Amino acid sequence: MKALQIIEAAYRGTLEEQDDTIIWLTHSMRDTGADLSVLLTGNAVNYVLKGQDASGLEFGRWTQVNPPNLERELENLIAKDVPVYVMRDEIDRRGLGEAFTIEGIKLLNWEDLPKLLDAHDHIWHW
Amino acid sequence: MSEKKTLTFAIMDPPFESARSTTFFRLLEIAAGRGFNLNVFAYEGGVHLSFAKQKAHGNGVHGTNVETEHHPLPKIWVSEIMTKAQESGGSVNWVNCGLCADERGIDEVVEGVRRGSPADFWKLAQASDNSLVIATR
Repeated sequence: MKALQIIEAAYRGTLEEQDDTIIWLTHSMRDTGADLSVLLTGNAVNYVLKGQDASGLEFGRWTQVNPPNLERELENLIAKDVPVYVMRDEIDRRGLGEAFTIEGIKLLNWEDLPKLLDAHDHIWHW
Repeated sequence: MSEKKTLTFAIMDPPFESARSTTFFRLLEIAAGRGFNLNVFAYEGGVHLSFAKQKAHGNGVHGTNVETEHHPLPKIWVSEIMTKAQESGGSVNWVNCGLCADERGIDEVVEGVRRGSPADFWKLAQASDNSLVIATR
């Protein structure tokens, strides 16, 4: 079985969860042998930008010492042979251009989306 | 109207689900640091924010244990903001919607949080300089 994780809801609880919950879920299932791909669309395309810094959260005497690091999590997913796609059109619409530099991210055109969907048995749109 | 402002916030979101709860805490902390008197009406999922049984955990995906993961717990943020307000000459009057807490089994909350009802929200807003609803989406 092969499943595609389409992540559209971005930065949803990432500071409190120290991760994107669906990227984390993908890691967790991949670690048990699941065959998964990831497609970033909507605001989640911002995840592919390098150099994001979520540190500095403080409340009173409490300081976050282990903030989310989406760049690292995506790089680790790719290292685990999980293909990570991003919608080119969504990148362009936000003016991000080719600014992202996480190695191994695959740009996807709209016309290639049906082929990608067809290559998976399950489509999970988050 | 006195110099010291009184602000009322309503929050509906539970922790760990969106950025709204974190943003809410940031606003509260700024106001607490300025010595404001703060009222909070935690409604629906917002009653989870002060739940005393929240527990930190390690994270196998991150390769961390419970200490190195240092998982955020909003119940600690509630207490920290209450302390900061007090140290700055202000206060935090935190009211959890009682029915919302009951239906969710929120039976233990951190010190300083009390049960109330929508009538409390109305009264608190009436007695405030301003109010802000942080609605869920």
